[in-house]
Amino acid sequence: MPDAARKIRVQCHVNGRATELEAYPMARLLDALREQPRLTGTKEGCGEGECGACSVEIDGMLVNSCLVPVLQAEGASIRTIEGVADGDRLHKVQQAFITHGGAQCGICTPGMILAAVNLLVRHPRPTEAQIREGLAGNLCRCTGYIKIFESVVEACRETEQRA
Amino acid sequence: METRIIGTSVPRKEGREKVTGSARYVDDIALPGMLHGATVRSPVARGRILAIHFEGDIPWSEFTVVTAKDIPGKNCIALLIEDQPCLAAEFVNHPEEPVVLLAHRDKYLLEEARRAVRIEIEPLPAIFMIEESFARKQTIWGTDNIFKSFRVEKGDVDNAWADADFIVEGDYETGSQEQLYIEPQGMIARAGPEEGVMIWGSLQCPYYVHKALVVLFGLPKDRIRVVQTETGGGFGGKEEYPSMIAAHAALLSWKARQPVKIIYDRAEDMVATTKRHPSRTRHRTAVTRDGKLLAMEIDFTIDGGAYETLSPVVLSRGTIHAAGPYNCPNVRILSRAVATNAPPHGAFRGFGAPQSVFALERHLDRVANAIGFAPDELRRRNFIHEGQALAVSQVIHEKVDMSHLMDRAFELSSYHAKHKRFDVENRENTIRRGIGFATFLHGAGFTGSGEEYLASEVAAEATSDGRVRVMAASTEMGQGTNTIFSQIAAETLGLGVEQFEIVQPDTAGVPNSGPTVASRTSMIVGKLVESAASEIQQKLFQSGLLKPRYTAKDFADACRKYIEHKGPLHSFAKYEHPRELHWDDNRYQGDAYGAYAWAVYVAEVSVDMRTAEVRVEDFVAVQEVGKVINPVLAAGQIEGGVAQGIGFALHENVVWQEGRMVNAQMTNYVMPTSMDVPPIRVYFEEIPYARGPAGAKGIGELPLDGTAPAIANAIAHATGADITRIPVTPEALMEMLESVHA
Amino acid sequence: MKAYLPSYHLEAPRDLASALERMKREPGAWKPFAGGTDLMVLLEAGKLPHRRFLSIWKLPELRGIEVAADYVTIGALTTYTALQEHETLAREFPLLCRAAGETGGIATQNRGTLGGNIANASPAADSPPALIVYDAELDLISASGTRSLAYRDFHTSYKEMRLRPDELIRRILLPRTMATWKQYYRKVGTRRAQAISKVCFAGAARVENGRIADARIALGSVAPTVVRAAQTEKLLRGELPSRAVLQAAQVVLVREITPIDDMRSTARYRLRVAQNLLAEFFEILSS
Repeated sequence: MPDAARKIRVQCHVNGRATELEAYPMARLLDALREQPRLTGTKEGCGEGECGACSVEIDGMLVNSCLVPVLQAEGASIRTIEGVADGDRLHKVQQAFITHGGAQCGICTPGMILAAVNLLVRHPRPTEAQIREGLAGNLCRCTGYIKIFESVVEACRETEQRA
Repeated sequence: METRIIGTSVPRKEGREKVTGSARYVDDIALPGMLHGATVRSPVARGRILAIHFEGDIPWSEFTVVTAKDIPGKNCIALLIEDQPCLAAEFVNHPEEPVVLLAHRDKYLLEEARRAVRIEIEPLPAIFMIEESFARKQTIWGTDNIFKSFRVEKGDVDNAWADADFIVEGDYETGSQEQLYIEPQGMIARAGPEEGVMIWGSLQCPYYVHKALVVLFGLPKDRIRVVQTETGGGFGGKEEYPSMIAAHAALLSWKARQPVKIIYDRAEDMVATTKRHPSRTRHRTAVTRDGKLLAMEIDFTIDGGAYETLSPVVLSRGTIHAAGPYNCPNVRILSRAVATNAPPHGAFRGFGAPQSVFALERHLDRVANAIGFAPDELRRRNFIHEGQALAVSQVIHEKVDMSHLMDRAFELSSYHAKHKRFDVENRENTIRRGIGFATFLHGAGFTGSGEEYLASEVAAEATSDGRVRVMAASTEMGQGTNTIFSQIAAETLGLGVEQFEIVQPDTAGVPNSGPTVASRTSMIVGKLVESAASEIQQKLFQSGLLKPRYTAKDFADACRKYIEHKGPLHSFAKYEHPRELHWDDNRYQGDAYGAYAWAVYVAEVSVDMRTAEVRVEDFVAVQEVGKVINPVLAAGQIEGGVAQGIGFALHENVVWQEGRMVNAQMTNYVMPTSMDVPPIRVYFEEIPYARGPAGAKGIGELPLDGTAPAIANAIAHATGADITRIPVTPEALMEMLESVHA
Repeated sequence: MKAYLPSYHLEAPRDLASALERMKREPGAWKPFAGGTDLMVLLEAGKLPHRRFLSIWKLPELRGIEVAADYVTIGALTTYTALQEHETLAREFPLLCRAAGETGGIATQNRGTLGGNIANASPAADSPPALIVYDAELDLISASGTRSLAYRDFHTSYKEMRLRPDELIRRILLPRTMATWKQYYRKVGTRRAQAISKVCFAGAARVENGRIADARIALGSVAPTVVRAAQTEKLLRGELPSRAVLQAAQVVLVREITPIDDMRSTARYRLRVAQNLLAEFFEILSS
């Protein structure tokens, strides 16, 4: 093919580790993360930026990685679900999801946890309305969201107890 | 019954993997040399295939191409019957019907190639409406377009009309609904004439896939192996369809001599796979002036799409649930599943009951209205009690008290106070509020002789260090199978849940415990888990190596010694049909289900009269379920089911055009977000079912039956609109509001 | 993911000048690519018609919000999140912030840009009605220089706009004249969050001594482009917000919009809702 685009090499940090991604410039960041550092925790649910299963953080901002071309990840600091726990120590949001039923089939869970963690950075003691709004870009078909809300509330309570 | 672990909210067994992203779903798996597979589908609803053209600037010699003639065995996806082709050979009968399969290492080039295959089809006239199917505008299936029909009779309906003070009729419709599991369908196959066929994938029923592949390949059973990977939601959508996608992956792998992975993107998944059967129900009801039901005549039709698949069973459940938890002396139910040129409709949580229960519960509110009764009073006068018989003539042998459940639900939802208050406040407001309810039941397990036919089996094995492996074909897909089975086994053996491993469902490693459907997993298969665990204990007691009131260490020591001196320590449990249950398949009468869960749901809605948008403001779900094995998991099932029911009632509208779903994107097919769900308040009552583990009944499908009618009744209360169809879209409601307030 | 990736070029010019140079040398060949929230969806569906893109995402000249005495100037690459977080915008231009807050979810708002929303020119876009109401002006730039255009003159027909093939939207200017006006915005979508609009209504009015001294009304999703309801505005000027005036205005409004049936909604519904939202706007004017 005469006019084919060439693959590019993008330098970024993923979960604190310097990473090089090699892909076509319009390749989705989602695929690059899943295929190269083989971080398969980030999922594809819709390919149209509707379900949030592909949520990651870029420079502290929540984004749908299915809508980010890999070229635009140059120089970025990316966090995926694999970067949420501190080694073996689960984040309080992760812990709460286990004990309070926030995860059922688990496919929306990585994106949902990223969104919840991101929410708590912006609003450490969110109101119910803020929780609902903060998670509105992450679809869950199993839970009806109720136990996801309860898990986030529990995670906040955990913080308050420790503070 | 006192229990130690059953009844507690033991955390989800595979929770850690799910919250850290280490759980492995099918698309997370790659095998060496793996190719990607794609399906080329019919662009028309019905026609004769004239030719297949491979066009474009594609290096076709690099591709593996499969058509119907490459199928080693029988070209069908074997299920109840063998009418559905795996790949269309001469004729196509629905849009998106699979015709050609392609495989290549480069998944992007694969898409270019898919676009470059042109299927030349001579179109044939197609039918898309239930009426067209009845009228036999075209005969597209069998001799009369009818997959199955049922007739249920109780008492003497024909002579009951004469005694009626009122006769009320109504026509009701439910639309299609897409299961919309967040993980799209996918399979990996590794197949070849020497090694047989191995499948990994997202599925609910490994043995269904196994059976289909045995027929497709003409291979002996032990040459086909199916393994369930972590499954991201199913809801019935992965009950029968996985056999099709597994067949496709396997055929490509068989020809390519490399592993092949097929993953559907969301658009393909929505447009090509099964959906809930659309339905039409006609009710004709005779009532006395004091609100007693004298006769119910119910006509129930579901649209099955182009091939039979599971339509007879969906029809069966819908038929049996059509007359509800009431004691009516004379009932006739005539039902049928008909063919249209749409992709076959299939299993979706509730499986026929959400359709017929919507019609019934909406109808009874309208009956009450017609005869001047409050809707709850009409129900109370007709609730079934112990010793009375359902429409299929099943006598109830438990202390069901629907009135009590209703009292409780009404108290929790402030039903009467709100009903009155809204009536007053609504006159002036642009936001009108309403409160409505549904009273219903859901039978758990396969209908009638179904469980006997399934003959489910569970095995267990103890290891030398005292761990116990439980082997069942029941799949975990979020509903909590792994955790529930661990709890049941742990309770039986007096150990901790961490000592149990629920083996990954693999047809080479687990016996056939039947499909993970029909609200049967806890109640039927869970009971077998209990039996298998119990048998391990019995063997140890009988050997003298273990005495009652043992510790975990005692247990481990006994296992080690047993295995050292006597050999493997395993057990086996097989389903035994309760002798007291009798079902007549010919007359469609008798004990349809071993147990029913009973429920009353109350929905409070607000309707913005300016936009006809409906918001569910509060939802109360009260149900009697035998025994709650895990409170967090059980509540999670109800909450999730109610959310799906809200979608079914209000938002989820499949837009059809010539048999094809045209809004096949998540942007345009709308399911509830976190902003769209109300508080969902869930309450359980327990009247133990003797045959269930610790008394548990099945609950997985229950919430789909009552949610939509409760919401529809609430909208009718708020606005006076005579709702008879769901989804109640704002567009539809706006039209109704204009005629009400004209 | 249906697109054949080797067919698509995406390059990141090192600065605005070189981006504009490239666009001048090969006019129409290169399309600007901002946050990607529209273009990537098309790509994944295999429906992206263009093949060559310049990533303008990081160009600093296209970012930033400046507050001057007469105008607030918004860089084209300002994200919806940044719009909502800006104090002056939140206070004086609440309709734009409302629109930004209702466009997709947080992840979309972090990547979607105001310039991208304008250039994508979807009739269902959430920001354009607010921009029309605020008499927004566009500052366009090319290698040949800059020019200004009233936003209300920008969209000519479905997906057609007065943007030359070598031009980029650099800034959006909002005159600070309506801070004291009564303002109303409502998007009626397919659900409460992450919804495509069925009808979108933005309105602002200056009410003096109970009369409507001046008004702006714009609607989305009811025509091939965003619509300024100029005839309806004209009818309202000088009138009391009475029931009779409302009914007359609703009749005129219906003639200014051309909603259609599509997979999301119907023309009838859109017409009725547009009239009802006008009524809701009226309630604010009489309060």
